[in-house]
Amino acid sequence: MEKLTNRYVQINRDPMTFGEKIYIPAIAKGLSITLSHIFRKKATVSYPEQKRPFSPVYRGLHILNRDEEGRERCTACGLCALACPAEAITMEAAERKPGEEHLYREEKYAAKYEINMLRCIFCGYCEEACPKDAVYLSETLMPSNYTRQSFIYKKEDLLIPEHKKQDDK
Amino acid sequence: MSLLGEDIVTEDGEFVINMGPQHPSTHGVLHLKIWLDGETIKRVQPHLGYIHRSIEKMSENLSYRNFIFATSRMDYLSAHINNEACALCVEKGLQIEATPRAQVIRILMAELTRLSSHQLWWGCTGLDLGAVTPFFYAFREREAIMEIMEETCGARLTMNYMVPGGVMYDIHPNFQKRVKDVMKQIKNNLHEYFEILTGNVIFENRTKGVGYLSKEDAISYGVTGPTGRASGVSCDVRKWFPYEGYDKVQFDEILDNCGDCYARYMVRMKEMDQSVSIIEQLIDNIPEGDFQTKTKNVIKLPKGEFYQRVETARGELGVFIVSDGAASPYRIKYRSPNFSNLSAIDHMARGAKIGDLIAIMATLDLVIPDIDR
Ligand code: SF4
Ligand code: SF4
Repeated sequence: MEKLTNRYVQINRDPMTFGEKIYIPAIAKGLSITLSHIFRKKATVSYPEQKRPFSPVYRGLHILNRDEEGRERCTACGLCALACPAEAITMEAAERKPGEEHLYREEKYAAKYEINMLRCIFCGYCEEACPKDAVYLSETLMPSNYTRQSFIYKKEDLLIPEHKKQDDK
Repeated sequence: MSLLGEDIVTEDGEFVINMGPQHPSTHGVLHLKIWLDGETIKRVQPHLGYIHRSIEKMSENLSYRNFIFATSRMDYLSAHINNEACALCVEKGLQIEATPRAQVIRILMAELTRLSSHQLWWGCTGLDLGAVTPFFYAFREREAIMEIMEETCGARLTMNYMVPGGVMYDIHPNFQKRVKDVMKQIKNNLHEYFEILTGNVIFENRTKGVGYLSKEDAISYGVTGPTGRASGVSCDVRKWFPYEGYDKVQFDEILDNCGDCYARYMVRMKEMDQSVSIIEQLIDNIPEGDFQTKTKNVIKLPKGEFYQRVETARGELGVFIVSDGAASPYRIKYRSPNFSNLSAIDHMARGAKIGDLIAIMATLDLVIPDIDR
């Protein structure tokens, strides 16, 4: 292959000088660099006492949102499950009965809503697909656990608790 | 081939050992079967497939929007560039282009990825050759890049930021400032990188003249990327087949004719400089406008075959899509750089010592999930 342009850089290959060839200066130089780092600013964070803040767009654990009046936003339309590349979301729809208006915002709601966190790849497509702004990826990490069953998050685990909403307001 | 069933010593008196799949220097589950005469390597045979996840087959059942995510899991150190390749290939099929803003963001992200990948490689190379300190320094700088990624893309390793037609979200308001800070820091530290490892006589003795790969062999094995360029093959896709406006930025292709481990090391080190310079040219010139070209909700490519190649941190990645007009690809094939690069390992390692094999592997910069897919 010919070179495409003349703008390429050839790497310099000078032989080592005698000074470089004896090991001691190289070791001393390396040590001096490492030692100088002792006096620099620490690069580490003492987790778990100190925690690094997550960015607002961080794709962590899912939450299901409520609207201003504390009603569930999700209408079990299934768009999130459709968009999910990992097929992590399963749901069952149910019809809202009279008298439940304070619980669910629309006529249809998700009776069952499960996300299998072991399948989920935290891509954020569900958040993008949702027309009701119901599912969000929050800024928390998924906690570890002992059993596979405990990684299947039910609706109760995902929904924001009621009191939290009042705090927000 | 059963490993236990075979005699450990062959008829010619060669000793057969297994390196990996759990070996600190293989950076993953690479399994090398080595035939030895004393300490001299007679033959190396890589065994693959330990983390085969059938990404190609899986993609055939996913929509064009969704299959992109899987490629982040191939070469996880250049996840952005892999995603970009897929997005570009889908865009080619749809005959659209990303918006100018998205294109520049994509180049910036790709170069940041390349930088972080090369930094990780630098640290691991040091570690493999017995210098522990570089590893920590490399991770310190890499962390700064990861934070930028997290702030803008939402994740640190599997960014999933590229969508057909552009990028997923707009960049974070802090993005430009942080990138500039990090670039300044990296430029300072690159100098330190050279002092601590490059000029070190122990390091040079372990890499110079080790693992020679000639230009002809590099071409015939299909070796690309920094490994190929270290053997004198001009194979930078960014120069040969510019995509996303790489033809508009100024950068040099780094070439070396020596083809040994040291050459591969130097090519990557110099490439970091080039990446920094690309980022510096673009960071103040991000055009205003949309970050995404609107695409239909369900993307359907017309019938046909589409191919797109990009330069990842390790070489040329090719994405080949065969479409039958449906909403998911009929067939996808990835030409992954690591697979071809690994194929040359037998050739390079023959006649070398075991210790040299570590240096060869380190400077090949293998990422195993990319080989197995
Ligand atoms: S984040 Fe992605 S993988 Fe996880 S549930 Fe949502 S769409 Fe599915
Ligand atoms: S979370 Fe959103 S997308 Fe998913 S079913 Fe509920 S409303 Fe539909």
